[in-house]
Amino acid sequence: MSDNIIELKNLSKTYKGGITAVSDFNLEIKRGEFVTLLGPSGCGKTTTLRMIAGFELPTGGEILLNGEDITKYPPHKRPINTVFQRYALFPHMNVYENIAFGLVQKKVPKDQIEKKVKKVLDLVDLEGFERRKISTLSGGQQQRIAIARALVNEPEILLLDEPLGALDLKMRKEMQLELKAMHKELGITFIYVTHDQEEALTMSDKIVVISEGKIQQIGTPEDIYNEPKNAFVADFIGESNIFNGVMTGHLKVRFCGAQFDCVDDIPEGTHITAVVRPEDVIMTAPEEGTIRGRVDSVIFKGIHYEITVVSGKNEMVIQSVHSATPGNTIGMKVDPDNIHVMIAEDNTNIFTAEINKNYNLEYNGSEIAADITGIIKGSRRLEDGSVADARGEIVDTEKVRIEVAIKPQDIVMTDEHESGIVDGYISNLIYKGDHYSYVIHTDLGQDFVVDDEYLWNMEDHVGLLMDPSKMKFRVKR
Amino acid sequence: MKRFAISRKTLGIPYLLWLIVFVAAPLLVIVFYAFTNGQGLFSLRNLSGFFTDPNTLGTLGYSIVIAVISTLVCLLIAYPTAYFLAHSKIKSKAVIIFIFVVPMWINFSLRISALKEVLTLIEGNLAMYPFLNAIIGMTYDFLPFMILPIYNTLINLDQSYVEAARDLGANSAMAFFKVTLPLSLPGIISGVSMVFLPAMTNYVVLDMLYNSTYIMGSLIGSYFSAYNWHGGSMISLILLAIIFVFTLATGKQGDTNDQMKGGAIL
Amino acid sequence: MIKKIGRPIFLGLVLAFMYVPVLMLIVYSFTDATHIGAIRGFSLHNYVTLFTTRDLVDMIVGTILLAIGSSVLATVLGTLGAIGAFYSGRKRRAFTESLNQIPVINADVVTGFSICILLVVVLGIAKDSYVPLVVGHVTLGAPFVYLSVIPRLKQMDPSLYEAALDLGATPRTALRKIIIPQILPGIISGFMLSVTLSLDDYFIATYTKPATFDTISTYVVNATKGAQTHIKTALWALTTVIFLLVVLIVIVMNVSAGRKEERSNEKVL
Repeated sequence: MSDNIIELKNLSKTYKGGITAVSDFNLEIKRGEFVTLLGPSGCGKTTTLRMIAGFELPTGGEILLNGEDITKYPPHKRPINTVFQRYALFPHMNVYENIAFGLVQKKVPKDQIEKKVKKVLDLVDLEGFERRKISTLSGGQQQRIAIARALVNEPEILLLDEPLGALDLKMRKEMQLELKAMHKELGITFIYVTHDQEEALTMSDKIVVISEGKIQQIGTPEDIYNEPKNAFVADFIGESNIFNGVMTGHLKVRFCGAQFDCVDDIPEGTHITAVVRPEDVIMTAPEEGTIRGRVDSVIFKGIHYEITVVSGKNEMVIQSVHSATPGNTIGMKVDPDNIHVMIAEDNTNIFTAEINKNYNLEYNGSEIAADITGIIKGSRRLEDGSVADARGEIVDTEKVRIEVAIKPQDIVMTDEHESGIVDGYISNLIYKGDHYSYVIHTDLGQDFVVDDEYLWNMEDHVGLLMDPSKMKFRVKR
Repeated sequence: MKRFAISRKTLGIPYLLWLIVFVAAPLLVIVFYAFTNGQGLFSLRNLSGFFTDPNTLGTLGYSIVIAVISTLVCLLIAYPTAYFLAHSKIKSKAVIIFIFVVPMWINFSLRISALKEVLTLIEGNLAMYPFLNAIIGMTYDFLPFMILPIYNTLINLDQSYVEAARDLGANSAMAFFKVTLPLSLPGIISGVSMVFLPAMTNYVVLDMLYNSTYIMGSLIGSYFSAYNWHGGSMISLILLAIIFVFTLATGKQGDTNDQMKGGAIL
Repeated sequence: MIKKIGRPIFLGLVLAFMYVPVLMLIVYSFTDATHIGAIRGFSLHNYVTLFTTRDLVDMIVGTILLAIGSSVLATVLGTLGAIGAFYSGRKRRAFTESLNQIPVINADVVTGFSICILLVVVLGIAKDSYVPLVVGHVTLGAPFVYLSVIPRLKQMDPSLYEAALDLGATPRTALRKIIIPQILPGIISGFMLSVTLSLDDYFIATYTKPATFDTISTYVVNATKGAQTHIKTALWALTTVIFLLVVLIVIVMNVSAGRKEERSNEKVL
């Protein structure tokens, strides 16, 4: 037996309406690990947890517990217990009855139940609370009872679904430390779900960063923070300056209009995304910096200043114990170690268009002004308007589909959402130094990545204009 | 999730079947009987008969008049009652409102026979004032059902709306007509729907008061006594149509379902 | 000034309208008068008649048994129906909901008549079998049970059921130990409503009952038409008994509700 307690293999979940919550999830968790699933709300982390618990059945892939396939087991047959987001303590039972519930189901003898309940109440520091009603407990106490109720069953894995979300800040910090201590003491595997990156960094042995149903990065808190794999992770964990750039030589990278030394060995000419943490930017005299810029704003944040500097078309945020004067020009440099370079994601948008009855290209009900005969090799338009392929057969509009590719910078967003080929809502935006990279959710289930130098708001309703001459086509059958 | 959801879903099947067999099917049978004659053949005679006979048309008109007036009288008594109770300074309002709705729980036939005794004492011969007695009977029977929903909306109405209106310069009458009254509309509608339809159909109230006038419900009763299922079905169908129109007209104004008879008890 | 005196006078008049007939009946039930207005001496003979006349006792017992029996059935059906519908897909839930709404808004005359036509005329089920009567009263009560259970299900934290499964309970145990206790107040008030409606019903009973069976309503309606004065005055006694029972129940409910409130206040403190 391997030391993996649980393995998720190609796990997927697509809901009836066609919404994919989790896609192709692969994760191995070692016995005794404290693993955190981290991501923004709606990213699929809770769905993953619910599939592990057995509340939802995956639509693809499998879940192995100690090498055994438990994908289709109902929740009550899994040696896994959950601490729910809002505790889900049974309001009509007292503390004792709540904690004993699982043991009663297993038909554990009564004297043993009493002993175990007492022991677990000791563990969560609520000795003597057996007869208390749930409604008389504070949020923090309810939280502890919920943990005790799960732990008393001695599960192999404890699932925690944003368990500290309902607590106030002070209480949350306390419980973070207590949970961590409990994990150490018990040696049980913890799988923890949260959207709070600070919580994840504090508590976990391993963090799984999730976005849009996909794993973005798996690693220790240090890995995730210091070596983010992509712009999403960099942006989500801590604050970051993110720039588009290109490799200009061996360990040389160019972004922000200057060349920097770096430690990532990536072939020359590769498009890259560079991430620089605000605390890693060193302010210098104007002539000593790798780049220069004008100080735009300075905000005092208690233990440091947050300084925004404009350099050409780019903006750099700096955290420093030294202040600066707005309007002054300063120099900036970054230690090669602190420039995180990653190969740029290929953000090309790909979608599938149809051929309508007039034998023109159509997407989302509007025609795309591109000549079909130029797309399907050897085809020609007949006199009646239909199109025949190289073999002289009329193209079957029901079967032939055209795959269209367009680059993010070739799509233009407009407020008049009726006028675009397709319209949608801005669901994500990342600042990339000289432009913003947007993700637009459409009703068609197709997301578009669009680059624009202007700042739009999240949830803005926009239409997307696409120049057919910038599109690339491929025939799909 | 699916497998466990199924086990809960299936629990609803017996009741769903019950509703189909004992609620939907009887209505379909009514429709069938309304449009057939004694030989089971399609016929429009029941329909045309109703709309050409001056007696039945008169009954329809009379029922509507009785229902409208009873509803108005109930509303005129119930609204101030509910309003005064909701705004009284008495601490235990729950007890007071109970006093006003307790009659609801006494069997209506016993209450109406009590009313009959008193009216006989006052009027001597009840048959002398059939219309007046019909209105008094309906009002007496249904008044608590009007008071309670109105009281419930008034007591739950956020007083700061009225204060805001006063603050903005409305006098107390203005504040009442522009704020309190419109906001208590859901309660009024719920009360109206609990009085109007029964007042068109509850012919026993009239029977018990020695009242020989006919309302729509009486027609069903007399067809029933005469074993004329086809005629009775047509009256039922016409009543269903009226109920349907009435529900459509009032349904949009507020969610009356929870406040209907269900709300009457609590 | 007008306000100060006007309000209590108005409320007093409304109360008088509602209570005077019943109270007069109650007073006269303790005399041997045959109609209200006559002045006679104190007597309990109406109560003796009420509890010794076979017919009267039978119809009282019959009414109560019918109300409890049909309400138990209505409560089981309506509760399970609500649970089933609540956890079903949107379509089935909407379908159940709209069918459920029909008896609620329909006139009782029409409900009673249509059930009679289907069961007695079309299917030929004898009224003497009590089947049409029970079906009628279950159909009268179950929709209200459904309507009082649904809000409780909506209020319930959906993760309670999942928590029970998570702790090793089978779906059946989770239903019995978690869902049912959570919605119990709704079930109880649904049952009470169903009993009230059954006790008060006249029309459904008239159209579906066996000829030899009477509920309080059908009996009283017939008795007011008849000329048997000793039965009429015995019903005054019945009014008194029911009135006192209702008052007693209201007081008990108020006191227990008050206690609960006190307890929840303590919790806050």
